[in-house]
Amino acid sequence: MLEIRWHSRAGQGAVTGAKGLADVVSTTGKHVQAFAFYGSAKRGAAMTAYNRVDDNEILNHEKYMNPDYVFVIDPALVYTTDVTINDKPETVYIITTHLSKDALIEAQPKLQGKTVHTVDCIKIAQETIGRAIPNTPMLGAFMKISGMYDIEFFKEKMKNTLTKLPAKIQDANMDAIQRAYDEVN
Amino acid sequence: MAEKQELRDVEVWDGNMAASQAMRQVQIDVVAAYPITPSTPIVENYGNFLANGYVDGEFVMVESEHGAMSGCIGASAAGGRVATATSSQGFALMVETLYQASGMRLPIVLNVVNRALAAPLNVNGDHSDMYLGRDSGWIQFDAYNPQDAYDLNFIAFRVAEDHEIRLPAMVHQDGFLTSHTAQGVHTIDDDTAYNFVGDFKPMNDMLDLDHPVTHGVQTEEDWHYEHKARQHNDLMTKVFPRIEAAFDAFEKLTGRRYNIVEQYNTEDADAVVVCMGTSVETAVEVSNELCAEGKKVGVIGIRVVRPWPHAQLVEALKGVTAIGALDRSSPNGTFGMLYNELAGTVVNGEEKKVVTNYVYGLGGRDLTKVHLREIFAELLANAEAGKPTTPLQQLIGVRGPKISFH
Repeated sequence: MLEIRWHSRAGQGAVTGAKGLADVVSTTGKHVQAFAFYGSAKRGAAMTAYNRVDDNEILNHEKYMNPDYVFVIDPALVYTTDVTINDKPETVYIITTHLSKDALIEAQPKLQGKTVHTVDCIKIAQETIGRAIPNTPMLGAFMKISGMYDIEFFKEKMKNTLTKLPAKIQDANMDAIQRAYDEVN
Repeated sequence: MAEKQELRDVEVWDGNMAASQAMRQVQIDVVAAYPITPSTPIVENYGNFLANGYVDGEFVMVESEHGAMSGCIGASAAGGRVATATSSQGFALMVETLYQASGMRLPIVLNVVNRALAAPLNVNGDHSDMYLGRDSGWIQFDAYNPQDAYDLNFIAFRVAEDHEIRLPAMVHQDGFLTSHTAQGVHTIDDDTAYNFVGDFKPMNDMLDLDHPVTHGVQTEEDWHYEHKARQHNDLMTKVFPRIEAAFDAFEKLTGRRYNIVEQYNTEDADAVVVCMGTSVETAVEVSNELCAEGKKVGVIGIRVVRPWPHAQLVEALKGVTAIGALDRSSPNGTFGMLYNELAGTVVNGEEKKVVTNYVYGLGGRDLTKVHLREIFAELLANAEAGKPTTPLQQLIGVRGPKISFH
């Protein structure tokens, strides 16, 4: 079972991101679950979203999770919420920040000794999509770090989940995914 | 003619989308609705389908849930296929009209996305609203995941509209845990789905002007009791055979098997938990893990809450010593509904059973695998001792000192 926890603000697209990932993974025959805690359900409020992926049918509906991956798509949440809660020694963090990895860990000592990757999804989203919607770039970074799918395969599948958006926005999302894939470290 | 949708064999849908797709596929004549969290997307998606030409029927915007069910009752009495969706406070406001719908024998389908009842205000999932409806004369189906929410809608229409039955049916799903959780759902193509339910066949419809009928009459002590007795009799005797037949036909069509009482690892089990909603699946996962450790624990999921599956439970509980009834609703001054109903079901049997009650998950509080392991451990101790080793009722997952009674 692969388990992912997203830290986001309501309106940044974590739920869409989690559902998009579930959609892509489902096309490869795996079982998926994507859900969220809406908290106070106000735009801008801190929230978490979740993915489960498994070869077998997923029966577990508990909200409690020891995540394999933690995605942080808003840079300030590293300071205002505990993104390390219920983690395990092998948990991998992918965090949106404009800081270098060392500077980030210095600013948030809880990340010391953990496997941390950084990428500026906000900047990437602004420069490609034109809005600070950092969900799809996070998935590009995740493809690089996890090696889950070939990036071209992933982009093609992801594009199918975005068919409701105008073609220009779809292409911008593909650029965002590719840039995060290239820039995450 | 409504346009058709091409669905993938497996769509990643949350429970709300699963319910709205089923509603689209059966081509409802009238949906009267007043959206409320967490069932809002059912109505929203359905409105979308309608606006985009995928539905031929009428969508009536009303001023309240009382109005929504009243609209459904009028449309159903007029002679159409009718459905709506609600949750929590909306369900509570509908209660008066729920009894009208069942008493008038109108086959309306109501998707209830289960949510806590205020106060304090809470939008998350528990079973308070489902329990509120349990004496209303409706058939109540319970889904454990989005796939069930999709499938049980077809079953509900087929059973409710059967001329031998003519009773309204609710399809319950857990707020957020099912309604907002996207999972793979095996789809049925539009024609096959529609044909499983078939064309709506009116009965005593008010718009059949050649055969005038009266609906919603007054009966005092002369006839009221006979109407209620007949309705109760039909619920007690006619509904289960029709549900069984629908489950059989559905299995033949899709390969997916539903049972009035779902059993998991119950053969040879010393102890079982009995629960509803997503908790059934989480409990099954824990039961699988414990069985692998050599512990004899199983899970019973209630698939049909009303009518109460007394005979099916007597059968399912044969050989089981300890039963944990898990209620996701505050009993407010007594034992939980499942405890009381199960105790009533097993009390006259020959085998000695130990029944205890766990209240959990109110207002969306998480039911964890750790909780379930603790419950199974207590139930095994009860089975071993042949009597309760814990208080009869315990609240689990609540902050502060342990709360238990009797």
